[in-house]
Amino acid sequence: MTNDILLEVKNLKKYYPITRGLFGRHAGDVRAVDGVSLFVREKEALGLVGESGCGKSTLGRTILRLEEPTSGQIVFQGKDITRLGAKDLRSFRGKAQMIFQDPQSSLDPRMMVGDSIGEALLIQGVKDEKERWNKVGRLLEKVGLEAEHSWRYPHEFSGGQKQRIGIARALAVSPKLIVADEPVSALDVSIQAQILNLLSDLQKDFGLSYIFIAHDLAVVRHISRRIAVMYLGRIVELCEGPELFRNPLHPYTEALLSAVPEPDPNVKKKRILLKGDVPSAANIPSGCRFHPRCHKRFEPCPTVEPHLFEYQPGRWVECLLYEKPTW
Amino acid sequence: MKTSNLILEVKGLSATYLSRQGVVRAVDSLSFDLYGGEVLCLVGESGCGKTTAALSILRLLEHLNGQVVGGHVLFKGEDLARASLERIREIRGNRIAMIFQDAQAALNPVLKVGEQIVEPLKLHIGLKSDEASAKAIELMRQLGIPSPESAFHYYPHQFSGGMKQRVMIAIALSCGPEVLIADEPTTALDVTTRAQILDILLSLKEKGGMSLLFITHDLATVAGIADRIIVMYGGRLAETGTVREVFESPRHPYTEGLLKCLPRITGAEEKLYSIPGNIPSLIDPPDNCLFSPRCPYVMPICKQKRPPEYVISQTQRATCFLNDPEIKKSKLQNPNDK
Repeated sequence: MTNDILLEVKNLKKYYPITRGLFGRHAGDVRAVDGVSLFVREKEALGLVGESGCGKSTLGRTILRLEEPTSGQIVFQGKDITRLGAKDLRSFRGKAQMIFQDPQSSLDPRMMVGDSIGEALLIQGVKDEKERWNKVGRLLEKVGLEAEHSWRYPHEFSGGQKQRIGIARALAVSPKLIVADEPVSALDVSIQAQILNLLSDLQKDFGLSYIFIAHDLAVVRHISRRIAVMYLGRIVELCEGPELFRNPLHPYTEALLSAVPEPDPNVKKKRILLKGDVPSAANIPSGCRFHPRCHKRFEPCPTVEPHLFEYQPGRWVECLLYEKPTW
Repeated sequence: MKTSNLILEVKGLSATYLSRQGVVRAVDSLSFDLYGGEVLCLVGESGCGKTTAALSILRLLEHLNGQVVGGHVLFKGEDLARASLERIREIRGNRIAMIFQDAQAALNPVLKVGEQIVEPLKLHIGLKSDEASAKAIELMRQLGIPSPESAFHYYPHQFSGGMKQRVMIAIALSCGPEVLIADEPTTALDVTTRAQILDILLSLKEKGGMSLLFITHDLATVAGIADRIIVMYGGRLAETGTVREVFESPRHPYTEGLLKCLPRITGAEEKLYSIPGNIPSLIDPPDNCLFSPRCPYVMPICKQKRPPEYVISQTQRATCFLNDPEIKKSKLQNPNDK
C-alpha cells in the first residue's frame, strides 16, 4: 500500500502575510491553504474541486514548489522535497509538471512551439538539437497535432490546440505527476470533451498521476475516481469512488452537487442555494469555517472546529454532523 | 403560436467585422422571433456569432469595428437597424437592456455602484435624485445584495464577482425593460453563484412581462431555464425549437454532438463523445454546410450546396440536408449508400 504512493502532503500550509503601515507591521495572514493532508497513488488521478478562492490552485502550485510552503511537508517518491535547493528542485521538476488554465498566456508568443517544448527538453539535458526536434515532433503527434506544427507560433493555433501544446510541453520531460489547473475551463464544450479524452488516454499510455483541479464537478468525474472537495483552504470531504455523487456527506458537497445544472429539461432539481459568497481567507469564520453558509448548521458549529476523519472506509469528511459529540 | 405577442423580430440579419485577413462574416442571414414573457436561448461556441447577433440588435456593433450589412430588427414593428441614433438611445437601456459576461469590465470602476444604477432612472424615466436613489436601493434589495443602503456607496471593486453581476442586473432592470439580453451572464461565475444568478433571472421571468434573450455556450444551463432554443454554428442558424424538441429530438448533427459531449454528473463514467475538428474560420466562408468537415453523417450534397431551413414542426426548424424528404427517402432505400 505504502509503496505505490507517489506523493504525500502532510499538514501543508501556505499563508500570505498582510502587512500594514510604513514598517510593514504584520497584521494577519491570508490563509490560502490551511492544513491540507493528502496523498496521490501511482497512475491515479485525484480530483480537487472547490469554488474560486478556496485555495485549490495555491495547493497545486505549492505542491510543485511554485510557491514556498509556510509549513508542512511534501514527500515525493519517498523523498522530502519541502526544502529542496535550486539544483535538486530542477530534477524534481523533471518528474512533476503543470498544465495551466489559460493556454494563451502560458505559451511565449514570440517563441515557436517547437522551441517552447524543446526548452523543457534542453533543461532536462537533451543537448542534441536534432534529437530534440524529433522528440518534439513525436510529442505533438501524441497530443493530436502534427510534427510540422513545431515551426509555428502560438497565435496560429486555436484555444484547444494551444492547450494540446501546453500538454505536450508538460509531457516533454516524461513526468510522473502532472498538476492540471483547470485545464478545460477556458475551452468550448465540444473542445473540452476532446481535451478530457486526451488527458485520460495519456494517463493510460504514460502511466501518469494527475492532480486535476477544477470547479466543475461534472468535468472532474470524467477524469478521476478519487475526489477531494476543498473549502477555504481545507479539504472538507474526500471520497475514493463515485459514491460522492450519489451520497455526498458534507453539506458543502451536497450544495455544490445540487448547483450543477443537469442537461435535461425534464429534470427539475431541488437546489440547495448557498447564501452569500465564500468568506475571505484573511478572516476565516470560527468553529467550522463553512457554518455561516451551511443549511445543516446546529449548535456547536460556530464554536467547535471539526477535523477530517475517516467516517466510512474510503470516505473522509470534516463535519461535526458525523463526529462523536464531545461538546 | 402566440403571434400577437411578438416583441422582437429579427429577419435575415447579417453582420461583419473588418479584420486584417479579410471580412469576417460573423452573422449570416439569421432570423428569429422573440415573444413576450419567454426565455429564448441563443447557444453556440465561441466565434459562432451569438454575441454579435445580440450586439447588432442594440446597434452596439458600430463601436467594435463591426457593421450590420443586411436584414431587419423589428422591435414592436419599428426597424432598429434603420432607426436614428437618437431613437436607439431612447430604447437602449430603457426598453431593451443588456447584461454582459464580464461585470468587472461593464461597470465603471470610478463611479459608486449606486450612481450607476441611478443614472438610467434619471435619464430615461426622469426621476429626481432622491426618488431614483430610493428605487435603486429597492432594486438592490430585490436582487439580494446585502445591506443595500451602505452597498449603494461602494465602488465596484469592493464587490465579489457574483455581487457585481447583481449590480449589473440591477442597472439593466432599473427602467423595467421589455426585453433583457443577457450575454453569458453566468459563465465567469462559480457553480454555486451561477445557481443564485439563474434563480434571480428565472424569478424575473415568472413575475412576467419581460422577455429574456439568454446567450450562452453551455447547454446544461439552458435546459433549466429556456422555453425555446436557437443553436448557432458559424454565424448561421443550425437549429431552433422548443427546449424539449432540441434536447429530445435534435435534427442537426451539431446539436446532437453538443448534447452528447456534455460531461454529466449522473450516468456511466464512459469516455466522453467529442466532436472532431475545430470551429471554422468565418473569413470568406464557403457557400455550403459549414459543419460538413466535422459532421459524422456528411453527404456529397453538403459540400456543394448550402442547406436551406427545413421546417420540422410549427416550432422546430433545422438547416441540415438530413431533413430533406427526398434525401431521407433515398437513404431508406439504400441504407449503405453514403
